[in-house]
Amino acid sequence: MAFEPVLLKNVGVEGSRTIRVYESRGGYQALRKTLKMTPDEVVEEVKKANLRGRGGAGFPAGVKWGFLPKDRKRTLLCVNGDESEPPTFSNRVLMEHDPHQLIEGSIIAGYATQSQVAYIYLRVEFHEVFHILQRAIDEAYAAGYLGRNILGSGYSLDCYIHRGAGAYVCGEETGLIESIEGKRGWPRIKPPFPAVEGLFRLPTVVNNVETLSNLPHIMERGADWFTSIGPPHSTGPKLFCVSGPVKRPGCYEEAMTITCRELVERADLGGGMLDGRKIKGVLPGGVSMGILTPDELDMKMDFADPANYGLLGLGTAAAVVIDQGTDIRSVLRNVTHFFATESCGQCTQCREGTAWMDKVAHRMERQGGRHEDADLLLETARNMGMMPGLSICGLSDGATYPIETIVKKYRDELEAAIAAQPEGRVQEVLQAVN
Amino acid sequence: MSWKAIDRISPVIEKDAPPLLSEVVRGKIRSFFPRYETKRAALLPALHIVQDALGHVPYQAMVEIAELLEIHPSDVLDTVSFYTHFWTHPKGERVITVCRSISCEVMGGAGVLEELKKQLSIGEHETTPDGRYSLVTEECLAGCDHAPCLLINEKLHKRVRPQDVAKILADQDNDRLDVPRSTLFDAREEGEAPAAAKQQSTFMEGRGTKE
Ligand SMILES: Cc1cc2nc3c(=O)[nH]c(=O)nc-3n(C[C@H](O)[C@H](O)[C@H](O)COP(=O)(O)O)c2cc1C
Ligand code: SF4
Ligand code: FES
Repeated sequence: MAFEPVLLKNVGVEGSRTIRVYESRGGYQALRKTLKMTPDEVVEEVKKANLRGRGGAGFPAGVKWGFLPKDRKRTLLCVNGDESEPPTFSNRVLMEHDPHQLIEGSIIAGYATQSQVAYIYLRVEFHEVFHILQRAIDEAYAAGYLGRNILGSGYSLDCYIHRGAGAYVCGEETGLIESIEGKRGWPRIKPPFPAVEGLFRLPTVVNNVETLSNLPHIMERGADWFTSIGPPHSTGPKLFCVSGPVKRPGCYEEAMTITCRELVERADLGGGMLDGRKIKGVLPGGVSMGILTPDELDMKMDFADPANYGLLGLGTAAAVVIDQGTDIRSVLRNVTHFFATESCGQCTQCREGTAWMDKVAHRMERQGGRHEDADLLLETARNMGMMPGLSICGLSDGATYPIETIVKKYRDELEAAIAAQPEGRVQEVLQAVN
Repeated sequence: MSWKAIDRISPVIEKDAPPLLSEVVRGKIRSFFPRYETKRAALLPALHIVQDALGHVPYQAMVEIAELLEIHPSDVLDTVSFYTHFWTHPKGERVITVCRSISCEVMGGAGVLEELKKQLSIGEHETTPDGRYSLVTEECLAGCDHAPCLLINEKLHKRVRPQDVAKILADQDNDRLDVPRSTLFDAREEGEAPAAAKQQSTFMEGRGTKE
């Protein structure tokens, strides 16, 4: 059976952002159907579909909703539109072209969890997206899909956009919660999990934009349709990003049966390398998951296979291709710099570890690497992550996987580069960098 | 590295200075209160609005925001200092934000940054003497399929090559969006929601006023 895209089906359709076009293409019918069911029935359907979170961790959405205390009075929904993992842009595509799909999905999730308010956390750099989404929200209010007594069902939901202000860690669910509360985005120690004590200390559900955009389709077509796509551990349609020097950088919808090689090379996906360039490596799941060498590209882009290649997980399923012309030391430095500037600084091993790895990577790039630096990077990585639970949030673990996999898989290249450094350069660079 | 000192010697809050936040700005901030369980949660919206009104968030404005939200001024500074988007000293009329993350770097973003530095004769975190442009870098702007890219205020410029820089800088409308704008987070009055319909915001075509 040929794969039929649903998440991106409105992309490229004239006026896809407007409620009129969205409704004319079947939009908001799933919501009507949902409102006739009980909230528990909706939760069950989503559990049955095994919709795993698309925000990076892959936790099943229905199960997460099930953690909400039964006797709660108020519930809040946070829509995670922070999308700041380089090089990920699938949430942007969804919100830019089909904002009503996200709004409909958010109302369905709001109904299933009996939430009173949905806060859409949007990173501030999404200016265009903000204006598009705010207009769509206004349209949805005017049409009676948001606000009091939605479509006469007795269920009410308010929806507000909360704009961030430039901090990667606010994409982490408890950092996001703190940020909505008007504080610095310092992640919280868990437990308590947000479902029990979250935003304003109330039971809270945080879901990713793509996760929620799946809901109208699950409700419309049923869980069986959803589970018929992809392997049992990775059901449903999935968005994949590909960028770097490929012929067709972009966001594509596929089942989680494709391999990383297909994503990069298939004519209808990445389209292969630009100007006959050769692949040096691919970071297949955002920068936090780690790197694949050219002979590892048959990795399946699903929730299970990445672990077989030393990666942290599927992550955001956003692949960036590195070509042979790029120095691996520059890649290393770019990634360490990202984590060093974005660590929130609460946990000592994350704050110090990311900063030291960045110093080491900088001196390597400036031809001041020392022979022991590869091992020093591995040791730092081991001390700051790779052991879930030692840090308050997942940023620390995410910072170590690219470093560890780059050093392990490209060690020969790094050591050859260090051996080829000019005499006396190390002392010079050490002074400049430290 | 070139280094321009910011004046940190003159008093940052003048004694008996008139209030910095206008009634319109205060009203705009108050319109966010019904959205949240606490007043403090309106802090990020407040900072966006104040930065739009004043161009940056001076210390005196932080004190006034604190009064409005019934929190301590140090809470405001604590939040301001965490986020890269807020400026505590004046910035240029247009801020150029160049992406420095992996896709943009692989696709030549560093060359674009160098060209900008050359043509504007400023470094990162600096402002041109005429106050027109400030130059900063940021991590991934989620426009990686269009790498290398940069923002000029709200507008995303895609697939920028060094040879495009002069033309982009010469364009009067290089910060103009193609979509209708919401004025919700602006300092302007038109967007102020009536008390009854807290969700509604007004739209205008094209660019908002940025005095
Ligand atoms: C450092 C860090 C950054 C994150 N950034 C994002 C993000 O930008 N968007 C997102 O949806 N999830 C992000 N997450 C994952 C969230 O914590 C959370 O798992 C997710 O929003 C839950 O939604 P889901 O279950 O629908 O995937 C991040 C996690 C970490 C540790
Ligand atoms: S792991 Fe890093 S980013 Fe996460 S809370 Fe600790 S210091 Fe902050
Ligand atoms: S890497 Fe530059 S926009 Fe994503």
